[in-house]
Amino acid sequence: MRKITKALLGATTALTISAALPSVSQAEQLTLCWAAWDPANALVELSKDFTAKTKIDMKFEFVPWTSYADRFLNELNSHGKLCDLIIGDSQWIGGSAENGHYVKLNEFFDKEGIKMDDFVPATVVGYSEWPKNTPNYWALPAMGDVVGWTYRKDWFEKPELQKEFEEKYGWKLDAPKTYDQLKQIAEFFQNRKVDGQTVYGASIYTERGSEGITMGVTNVLYDWGFQYDNPKKPYEMEGFVNSPDAVAGLEFYKSLYDCCTPPGSSNVYMTESADAFKSGQVAMQMNFAFTWPGLYKDEKVGGDRIGFFPNPAEKAHFAQLGGQGISVVSYSDKQEQALQYIKWFAQPDVQAKWWELGGYSCLNAVVNAPGFAASQPYAQAFLDSMAIVKDFWAEPSYAPLLQAMQKRVHNYVIAGNGTAKEALDGLVKDWTETFQDDGKI
Amino acid sequence: MTLSNSSIVDKAAEAAAKATPVPIAIRVRGLSDRAIAWLFIAPAITLLLAINIFPLLWAVYLSFTNFRANRPNAVVEGVGFRNYQRVLNDPDIWQAMQTTAHFVFWTILLQMLIGFALAYLIDRKFRGHAFWTTIVLIPMMLSPAVVGNFWRFLYEPQIGLFAYAVSFLSGIPTSQIQMLGNVSLAPWAIIIVDTWMWTPYVMLICLAGLRSIPDYIYEAAEVDRASAWRQFWSITVPMALPFIMLAVLFRGIENFKMFDMVTLLTGGGPGSVTEVASITLKREAFETWATGRSSAFAIVLFVAVFGLANIYVKALNRVKQR
Amino acid sequence: MSSVNSAHSVVEPSLTTKRIAGAIVILYALITMVPLAWIFLTSIKSPPDSISYPPKILFSPTLEGYCNLFTTRTRQTPDYIAALPAPTSTCDEVTRKRNMVIAGPSNFLPRFVNSLVIAFGSTFLAVFLGTMAAYGFSRFKVPLADDLLFFILSTRMMPPIAVAIPIFLMYRELGLSDTALGMILLYTAVNVSLAVWLLKGFIDEIPREYEEAAMIDGYTRLQAFWKVVLPQATTGIAATAIFCLIFAWNEYAFAALLTSGSAQTAPPFIPTIIGEGGQDWPAVAAGTTIFLVPILVFTILLRKQLLRGITFGAVRK
Repeated sequence: MRKITKALLGATTALTISAALPSVSQAEQLTLCWAAWDPANALVELSKDFTAKTKIDMKFEFVPWTSYADRFLNELNSHGKLCDLIIGDSQWIGGSAENGHYVKLNEFFDKEGIKMDDFVPATVVGYSEWPKNTPNYWALPAMGDVVGWTYRKDWFEKPELQKEFEEKYGWKLDAPKTYDQLKQIAEFFQNRKVDGQTVYGASIYTERGSEGITMGVTNVLYDWGFQYDNPKKPYEMEGFVNSPDAVAGLEFYKSLYDCCTPPGSSNVYMTESADAFKSGQVAMQMNFAFTWPGLYKDEKVGGDRIGFFPNPAEKAHFAQLGGQGISVVSYSDKQEQALQYIKWFAQPDVQAKWWELGGYSCLNAVVNAPGFAASQPYAQAFLDSMAIVKDFWAEPSYAPLLQAMQKRVHNYVIAGNGTAKEALDGLVKDWTETFQDDGKI
Repeated sequence: MTLSNSSIVDKAAEAAAKATPVPIAIRVRGLSDRAIAWLFIAPAITLLLAINIFPLLWAVYLSFTNFRANRPNAVVEGVGFRNYQRVLNDPDIWQAMQTTAHFVFWTILLQMLIGFALAYLIDRKFRGHAFWTTIVLIPMMLSPAVVGNFWRFLYEPQIGLFAYAVSFLSGIPTSQIQMLGNVSLAPWAIIIVDTWMWTPYVMLICLAGLRSIPDYIYEAAEVDRASAWRQFWSITVPMALPFIMLAVLFRGIENFKMFDMVTLLTGGGPGSVTEVASITLKREAFETWATGRSSAFAIVLFVAVFGLANIYVKALNRVKQR
Repeated sequence: MSSVNSAHSVVEPSLTTKRIAGAIVILYALITMVPLAWIFLTSIKSPPDSISYPPKILFSPTLEGYCNLFTTRTRQTPDYIAALPAPTSTCDEVTRKRNMVIAGPSNFLPRFVNSLVIAFGSTFLAVFLGTMAAYGFSRFKVPLADDLLFFILSTRMMPPIAVAIPIFLMYRELGLSDTALGMILLYTAVNVSLAVWLLKGFIDEIPREYEEAAMIDGYTRLQAFWKVVLPQATTGIAATAIFCLIFAWNEYAFAALLTSGSAQTAPPFIPTIIGEGGQDWPAVAAGTTIFLVPILVFTILLRKQLLRGITFGAVRK
């Protein structure tokens, strides 16, 4: 008994001490933090080129979207050294710039001859600049992304369905250009039997935990005339966030959820929406464009069976911006090497390969190349969508602003509490409080 | 457990028989008793002070400021009781407390009923009861977070086993069994999982209670020709009551703090229907980064649990003295 | 001791009663085991099988879940795969059938090792410190002992999130964020209050006469503690150790908030295992199964001590 105790004592002490010792750092290695999704896998592939050229090993820390913001904002706020490079969400720019999480890149860009003019303007504003519309750069645009839609082209092309649809609604069944049209299509397919399986109209974002439902509802709200604040008076939100138009838009999103989505869709975000489409459950799905390459390659629903269209219009025409820029974490001990990675990533040939592998390059040279629109079946829809982007608040207090909208919108749309007007009025109140706390009002 | 050295036992018996029962402070060699007392107690107390008490005091301090953990360089001002005012007037926080209370009430009720029933049945000492008791214990060994995550799979309306089983037994189509998506069913979803996990715990405590009732009391009742029903209500339940109440106390405190399982099962949704107090606290503290306000909420929660537990323990002690 | 003539004595239940009781308990045990059995079955299904509807009970088992758990994979074109050299392991084969190639090890093993180090380390420390403190409280007159003990125990009433807020700030200042040492200290602190409370009860039960006799014999207090008291307290120590271990092994909230990479344990990691779309349920099930094994082994080996611990905690208050 005593010998075992002594051995156990020794072993556990050794383990505890070894845990306390700092780990021996690898010779040349960088850790890049991003979300765990298809483009991340493509980046792993692409980065082999970097390792070949510089002999620096790349280690990756990928986290699923639902915990992505939580985990990495926590990491940045704890001044963690896990990430040398981070591909942070576009909305983190404000907070990360003002709280010193990211390294400011202006000097580096000037030194290496990297020009922001070479990148799509919307992506520069959206992913790199803080304050917005000023030449202060905190990231290199890495992944262009925007919310769009896919649809089952093969179903739309069925003659019997086309006939029935045209008789009922008076126009030819095709990719919708307005939300009214989209709703009609969704109603048409809801609970219809197609190819022996009951299908549903559409899959839309409804997720509560991180940012899902906000990223979905803004597409509709923007189109109905929702604005974040008075263009002439920043942070004045009364009458802009909760205008009668915005209220109508929110009601429309709820009616779409109630009428035309599959059962059990109360917590849907990117992977669930893609799943619903891949398993043949829905005629259309709302999703970020990054899902398009994977869906196009899918055996069951890809190839000729899939079509793509940008976010439909209504009174206005916008789409919610996604995408990220790549930044150097200011707490990293390897900033020199991290900057090398950014320099490599900005090269036109690397950007071209990035598009090929499934990433969405933001370099003008790539997206404006003559063959681009034809290079992939989804390229045109991507171009069209990037032309109409609008983003959520990128303020430093982005997190409470997002949380407030998640709560208010989900409560109304999914749980059915209160009215749309109450939800948006409550949102104005929440956002006003946040900006007051922040000293902006 | 027998001592390794039997001569000590003999000597102990002798010494105990001879010596008067006065604690002997022997100072033969080595450290004095006082030194040993402090040496033994100090490490644990120091650790507790550093990691339990000091942070608690710091949280109290923070609750009177407008500090935000994601803006460590911003100016920190004292705001008096404003955080507490906001917390106590916030309808969402009261909603969360209500949700928590609903959760605590139903889980305790179900676990008590099922746990006690199980303990009673196991106490009949059927063949193999020791083996089956061990099997019944397994759910409480699991990580609540991992359980919550996995039950999400079981609850999926299209592909989950739970919906399929219920549909199979009752004929209701699975698309209507949306445990996680339906506003009225979601609270029951979390209650079911918690009951599945923790009924064994309540069962064990009740079993200890049942086993503590001496046989002779039952035998005396037999002699008095009391029926089995009467014996149950006048002997078994009253004597096991302190244990049942203890189980209620432990489970109540634990479920008041509930976070892991619910976060991974429903995330507080749909809407805020299953958002228990800890989830609201986590959102305030680690997503909104309103450190001052969330510290106030944390203190309020602590005081609430502490107060309720105190009242409950006094009642429990009174029951025990009967 | 039941009287011969009584038709039914509550002290010794009749055979029929026993049978019925047994049947109900066994039924309950089997029903509650179904989710666990399902976890294990899911871990040996292929991903399409695991999400098929209606749920499949008969299927061809595969190790794909376990392979996916331990590896990261990238999708490649069929031509690329055809051009590769022959697969070197079952996992290689299984992965390639899905047009994917193993790109490297996943984070599961490091997280599992973290769990081992942090859980066992903190358990050891909590029991060590707890035993000493319990002995101190039990044998010596410590000023304000009762109040101290009660206040210590009441710290367990705080929701972990509440404690995490200041600890997060503290660890950020001290550089203990995302370190195994930080987590060990935290778990030890949380466990030590329970450990002291339980062990004091156990040690109270050991008659002082034994140590005193040993000290008359010439042992110092320390030697008496080591040679006389500790062996007698093994059941109590084992019971306490199990509780501490179960808490530290299964803990999620602190791990999720205070670690992100190097010190992350398994519970925050397992729910994040995703496949190409949505959660990779066989891999998650495989991770859950593997994570369950050590605790299960410990519990079954030490079930008597565990029972003693729980019921003991109930008996004394």
